[in-house]
Amino acid sequence: MEQLLEVKNLVTTFKTKHGTVKAVNDVSFSLVPGEICAIVGESGSGKSVTSMSILRLIAQNGTIAGGEILFEGEDLLKKTEKQMRAIRGKDISMIFQDPMSCLNPVFTIGYQLEEVLKLHNKSMKKAERRARIVEMLRLVGMSNAEERLKQYPHELSGGMRQRIMIAMSLLLNPKLLIADEPTTALDVTIQAQIMDLITDLSKRLNTAVILITHDLGVVAGAAQKVIVMYAGEIVESAPVRELYYHPKHPYTLGLLKALPRLDMEQYSLQPMPGSTPDLLLEHEECPFFERCEQAMECCRKKPPFFQIAENHIARCWRYHPDFLAYQNQTEQEENSHA
Amino acid sequence: MHEQEKEILLSVRGLKKYFSLGHKKVLKAVDDVSIDIYKGETLGLVGESGCGKTTFGRTLMRLYEPTDGQILFRDTDIAHLNRKQLAPFRKDMHMIFQDPYSSLDPKMTVSEIIMEGMESDPTLPKKDRAARSLELLEIVGLNSDHANRFPHEFSGSQRQRIGIARSLAANPKFIVCDEPISALDVSIQAQVVNLLKELQERMGLTYLFIAHDLSMVQYISDRVGVMYLGRLVELATSDELYHRPLHPYTQALMAAIPIPDPDVETAKSRIPLEGEIPSPVNIPKGCAFCTRCPYATDQCRQERPSLQEVEPGHFAACHLIHQ
Ligand SMILES: Nc1ncnc2c1ncn2[C@@H]1O[C@H](COP(=O)(O)OP(=O)(O)OP(=O)(O)O)[C@@H](O)[C@H]1O
Ligand SMILES: Nc1ncnc2c1ncn2[C@@H]1O[C@H](COP(=O)(O)OP(=O)(O)OP(=O)(O)O)[C@@H](O)[C@H]1O
Ligand code: SF4
Ligand SMILES: [Mg+2]
Ligand SMILES: [Mg+2]
Repeated sequence: MEQLLEVKNLVTTFKTKHGTVKAVNDVSFSLVPGEICAIVGESGSGKSVTSMSILRLIAQNGTIAGGEILFEGEDLLKKTEKQMRAIRGKDISMIFQDPMSCLNPVFTIGYQLEEVLKLHNKSMKKAERRARIVEMLRLVGMSNAEERLKQYPHELSGGMRQRIMIAMSLLLNPKLLIADEPTTALDVTIQAQIMDLITDLSKRLNTAVILITHDLGVVAGAAQKVIVMYAGEIVESAPVRELYYHPKHPYTLGLLKALPRLDMEQYSLQPMPGSTPDLLLEHEECPFFERCEQAMECCRKKPPFFQIAENHIARCWRYHPDFLAYQNQTEQEENSHA
Repeated sequence: MHEQEKEILLSVRGLKKYFSLGHKKVLKAVDDVSIDIYKGETLGLVGESGCGKTTFGRTLMRLYEPTDGQILFRDTDIAHLNRKQLAPFRKDMHMIFQDPYSSLDPKMTVSEIIMEGMESDPTLPKKDRAARSLELLEIVGLNSDHANRFPHEFSGSQRQRIGIARSLAANPKFIVCDEPISALDVSIQAQVVNLLKELQERMGLTYLFIAHDLSMVQYISDRVGVMYLGRLVELATSDELYHRPLHPYTQALMAAIPIPDPDVETAKSRIPLEGEIPSPVNIPKGCAFCTRCPYATDQCRQERPSLQEVEPGHFAACHLIHQ
């Protein structure tokens, strides 16, 4: 199938008073239309910066220092700011953890939804706009839509605001929806409804979704493909079942073992030692080196990706096709240095 | 824990904590909760945001003035004791907070923070305090090198360890852990949870473990209580609660919790909850859950169901089950 989005070797850095932070380092992945791809990883691993880079919405002190972002074959990094404005919200839209960050408290829901349509579709008549908005609200499961249009954001619950934001983001039939922790602030019963809504709409409207979350439970039920990020880099990427049932990278393995399982009895959690590395320092070794229980001498050099199976890659020396020979060789080199 | 060795540490009866919001509006954050907490157990407390978990914990600790009810601790009702009368009980009860960043004073060194926790224990001689703080640091997996550093020099899980060391400083018997891992990354939550378990065994501690992550609560708890809008709606051992939830709210909650297993998740059928969550200042007259419950009857809308023991050790507050 034709790729919708291809991110190639993306590097995004930030200048801070302590030095340069490499928040996203050599990240590549792609999506086909209608596909739901999850990006997981802990706080600071670069999930949000990756998605904001796609929209070219990174903070003032940030730079996209390398790579390509092909959307329907065209490099978004080569577009003018004006062209990007036309793409944002229309072809690619985004929902955030906090719906209030994109809803204005002083305008009614109806007014705000209409503004989105006006901005991108000048020829649409008022009645058509209304009809489209009511249709969208029904689609996101809001009862008495006409009533809702007259309400202000603060009059709605958190789950309803999140639905409004989803409705808003889908008004213009985007081809790609980026959902950054869309349910983290919500209670689990509401989270389940919102996740069902997102997966259902993606199927019905053939919208591709980048789902950013740290919750591996949410991912298991929603995504077709999973990307695991660690310290700004992708460490493993695989189709969803492959990732959960045959994880390969020591970080992914450790993460799955550290998760509590409601459906299991009599098990013990295996904590992962240590904490994430400092992104301010240039690392020559594997970014997981400090915490990895399987680390070897050869891991002092950064591993490339190794192919595990179709569409399954892992960035770890253990999956070097000729691993034993490679390990011996580095150890010998090390000994001869000593 | 075995049945026969159950000894009640804390017995809560009809506990209420109401907040007055002015204009005659009253928010019933904790409304008539009764529960026994056994010595050496971990009692988990779950429920959605705003259901009153923190308020319950803080009221038990007497950080909030209870509106009504009893808190029996060591044969004394501490619910209405004054400051002075409360002093001898203070050292036995401590609280660990959610946010390891704001709950530690940035201007104090780690050992000062821990020694501050010893204030409530007048039996501990001043001269022994520094040594005891080093001992505590080791217990929580840090070391004496860390003693003279400041909180900002530590990672989130290390800060939470410092918070735990502080709460252990006065040798308490009972600790309320209010979302102690929510602010931490998944990969390190297990470090803190396992540490809490280990300390419990070593020191015979009793925990009230509050969290919204039910998977983690089930892992650490012997029994779990489920709250909904200020009320305790179900209470059972953690395995029983997962395998045989009785209250319709607990059933929906269990079905909604995502399991990190694609086959389990895709095969799962959810229990959709429609209807609005009532405002906490305007809780329905009958069962608090009646606005969202798929089985609600007229009785549910009129009469408040009481928490009843449906099977030994399994309590639920629902008219449907009581019939
Ligand atoms: N404007 C900025 N200036 C400096 N550093 C930044 C800036 N924005 C992000 N970073 C850094 O980039 C790294 C990646 O951040 P990012 O927000 O992508 O993480 P994340 O994976 O989305 O984490 P979370 O789960 O906490 O949302 C972090 O170390 C962060 O501190
Ligand atoms: N000091 C206060 N004054 C007034 N209302 C309060 C106060 N503290 C809590 N409340 C209200 O009491 C109710 C219960 O709050 P509480 O913080 O106990 O909930 P919680 O279950 O701990 O929620 P969360 O999971 O979000 O921490 C909420 O409606 C809250 O707004
Ligand atoms: S490359 Fe080495 S250090 Fe890195 S994850 Fe693999 S085994 Fe561990
Ligand atoms: Mg983020
Ligand atoms: Mg709370």
